[in-house]
Amino acid sequence: MFDIYCPHCQEHREEEEFHASGEAHIARPLDPDNCTDKEWAEYIYFRKNPRGIHHELWVHAAGCRKFFNITRDTQTYEIKETYKVGQQPTVTE
Amino acid sequence: MSDAIVEKTEVAAPVLIQVMNQVPAAGPRGESPLHHADLASVARQGNQQGGVTLQEVAFLGHLVIRGSIENSDFMSGAEKALGVALPGPLQSGQQGDVSVRWIAPDEWLVIVPGAEAFAMERALRDAMSGHVAVVNVSGGQTVINLSGANAREVLMKSTGYDVHDNNFPVGKVVTTTFAKSQAVIRRTGEQSWELVIRRSFADYLWLWLQDASKEFGLVVRT
Ligand SMILES: [Zn+2]
Repeated sequence: MFDIYCPHCQEHREEEEFHASGEAHIARPLDPDNCTDKEWAEYIYFRKNPRGIHHELWVHAAGCRKFFNITRDTQTYEIKETYKVGQQPTVTE
Repeated sequence: MSDAIVEKTEVAAPVLIQVMNQVPAAGPRGESPLHHADLASVARQGNQQGGVTLQEVAFLGHLVIRGSIENSDFMSGAEKALGVALPGPLQSGQQGDVSVRWIAPDEWLVIVPGAEAFAMERALRDAMSGHVAVVNVSGGQTVINLSGANAREVLMKSTGYDVHDNNFPVGKVVTTTFAKSQAVIRRTGEQSWELVIRRSFADYLWLWLQDASKEFGLVVRT
């Protein structure tokens, strides 16, 4: 089991309390009616799925029920940092 | 339903939507989520001494309030209505029979005597302004108080959360996993803990707590 730091509760909690919600920092096209099919499809379907550093959206489902971001190494499962939605990661490589 | 979102801008007055007393003075008989368990009989016929004491505190008024901590009208209005400030992360506050628990960065759970829920709801609405919400959730959950020399051991069997003194002082409140369900757990004293549980899980958790307390001797009080 991992202990994951929730930036809202401001303490570590067991992994069991959390759910992963996919890649973080996916910007919705500002004008969906006028973006290209390619732009829309990339927003809806296409994800990076990297080997190594990945920024992910997680939710503290059994705790405060708030979303936040995790920088995680997909190869070692090491969690590098957690930070609130709206903030930028400090670990990028 | 008394769900209402009060929105206020510079130009528009606040609009209230369907605010009503959910506890009519006369009418249908209220039944707690553990009505079927007949805790009064269990209290009479069961153990009179043991390491764990369990008491359901039914028919309290549960109000969820939502708002931003950056909205000073919300924060000061809530404090005025409650008589106690909205606490920070994982903290709770108490003023007489009004208690308030931090649930999330923009959400608190207030518990008052059942008969005072409507008055408190109105006082909160009157005192707060901005983008705020007050919802009466009294029918959806209930309170169980666990106390006694072995109460902490029952918690240790029930949740992965660290309930040691170092991590869980009196006054702290956490929402976490409990058995195969969830609970809002607040430490109310050296040997006493309060669980706020969902109505639909009340029977399961009552059965769980009976089983988990068995080895210490379970005393039920009403
Ligand atoms: Zn949290």
